[in-house]
Amino acid sequence: MNITIQLLYLFSSVLFIIGIKMMNKTKDARAGNLLSSVGMLIAIIATLMQIEVISMVEIFICIIIGSLIGLYYAYKVEMTQIPEMVALFNGFGGLASVAVAISDYWLKSQITVANIDIIILVSIILSVFIGGITFTGSMVAFLKLNGRITGSPITFKGQHPLNLIMLISFILASVATWMNPSDINFMIILVLISLVLGILTVIPIGGADMPVVISLLNSYSGMAACTTGFILNNNVLIVAGALVGASGIILTQIMCKAMNRSLVNVLLGGFGQTVAGEQTEGPSIIVKEVGVEEAAMLFDGASSVIVVPGYGMAVAQAQHVIRELMEQCEKRNISFKFAIHPVAGRMPGHMNVLLAEANISYDKLIEMDEINNEFSNTDLVFIVGANDVVNPAAETNPQSPIFGMPILNAYKARTIIVSKRSMGKGYAGVENELFGYPNCLMLFGDAKQTIAKVVSEIKEL
Amino acid sequence: MSIDSLIILIYVLVLASYLGFELIAKVPPTLHTPLMSGSNAISGITIVGALLACNELGYTTLSKWMGMIALILATINVVGGYAVTDRMLKMFKK
Repeated sequence: MNITIQLLYLFSSVLFIIGIKMMNKTKDARAGNLLSSVGMLIAIIATLMQIEVISMVEIFICIIIGSLIGLYYAYKVEMTQIPEMVALFNGFGGLASVAVAISDYWLKSQITVANIDIIILVSIILSVFIGGITFTGSMVAFLKLNGRITGSPITFKGQHPLNLIMLISFILASVATWMNPSDINFMIILVLISLVLGILTVIPIGGADMPVVISLLNSYSGMAACTTGFILNNNVLIVAGALVGASGIILTQIMCKAMNRSLVNVLLGGFGQTVAGEQTEGPSIIVKEVGVEEAAMLFDGASSVIVVPGYGMAVAQAQHVIRELMEQCEKRNISFKFAIHPVAGRMPGHMNVLLAEANISYDKLIEMDEINNEFSNTDLVFIVGANDVVNPAAETNPQSPIFGMPILNAYKARTIIVSKRSMGKGYAGVENELFGYPNCLMLFGDAKQTIAKVVSEIKEL
Repeated sequence: MSIDSLIILIYVLVLASYLGFELIAKVPPTLHTPLMSGSNAISGITIVGALLACNELGYTTLSKWMGMIALILATINVVGGYAVTDRMLKMFKK
């Protein structure tokens, strides 16, 4: 064990920790990310120091290919697509862990004939299990997020017993591998079961629950890196993996809390499907429409405006026209803020990134708990592409599937304008009571186009 | 692997997880997306394992090929993850 190499690994672990610590402040975050990437570079250099010169050519070819693909995606991706990209990269991380585990397994069981250590073998099996689930689970999440497979939950009879059978088979195959480590067939079975389990665990989860799933898969990719650390007896892998694992778990908890759901409830899936039928029987809501000109006058007459953005804003790419709206309002000394619900968008903090992209200062983006008292003193709330997060049924109707979910108290404002394409339901498949409230006006049409019209009307006032 | 080295690895795992929980709980919700893509890049630390796996000599072994696949995937994860996080954080202005 070379002392220089070990010290470099320690140094890189410290840089990861400081890098994450610097993410606690928005102004330091970019430097923190840079520091963390320097930590990664040091870990890579320390590893290259242990490598035979003869392997360097193919290593550099692989690194160049990977870097080019990574950079291409990173600069090409639209900010609306960040959740897909995170899911995809998560999956790659998971698959990389599986590949490292298989590589080590093959080396120890087939090439060197020595008996394979039980601790290493258990680590290899865990790495295959977590990495495999991370890979296919993330791919399903990726396909669901970019709409290539349906966002609604896919469930079938006997789904949970099937998962259980797979899990038991995995344990049996693990025992078989332990008894006969050089038999490659059991390892193949372990890999296949993990890959299938990844698919089975993510398909029953609905589109609205994707923030939870991405956070959880993020955590898994960290845990997979940890198991690789146990295989290779390497501390930096364990430190970095543990940091990521912890990060994913915390984000998962925050998301679950913001939806008033337990993690088990999310993972069992099928939410929104069972309740949609009951809801249609209720009395239909009568809404009031508002035109572009009238909406413009309402903005002009207000002294305070709060915008509630949702995923619909991202779909319509309306964040840039909203900034124009903000500029017009601020010219007229109208206070203009954004209320961000923790589960708005398709991943934690998604709205903040989209609004930051539109050059909206981050101190205008206010968290739910901070802004909820302000709605009652607000003249105008403008809801763009958000639905369930402002549905008062969460507070008033114990029958509603979203009952108990913390919401933004938009209904308390003097006037509410909702920009919406049509009267479709939110992702939970629930009718929104708010739209029938006397102080609520509907501005139908594509968010980007209608808001652009409102802005030009305001300019003429 | 000896039990002693296993215990040390478990110590590292437990302490690093605790530290992770403490640090990440303080990250403001505004930064949750960059946090996730940044930590995603950190999980690409598997690149260390991939590099070591590539160290096997001779192309005929499965170990080497697996190592090279892992290396490409982990590099995409690391480079793409850090680059997109930087791109996002650059946009956060006051």
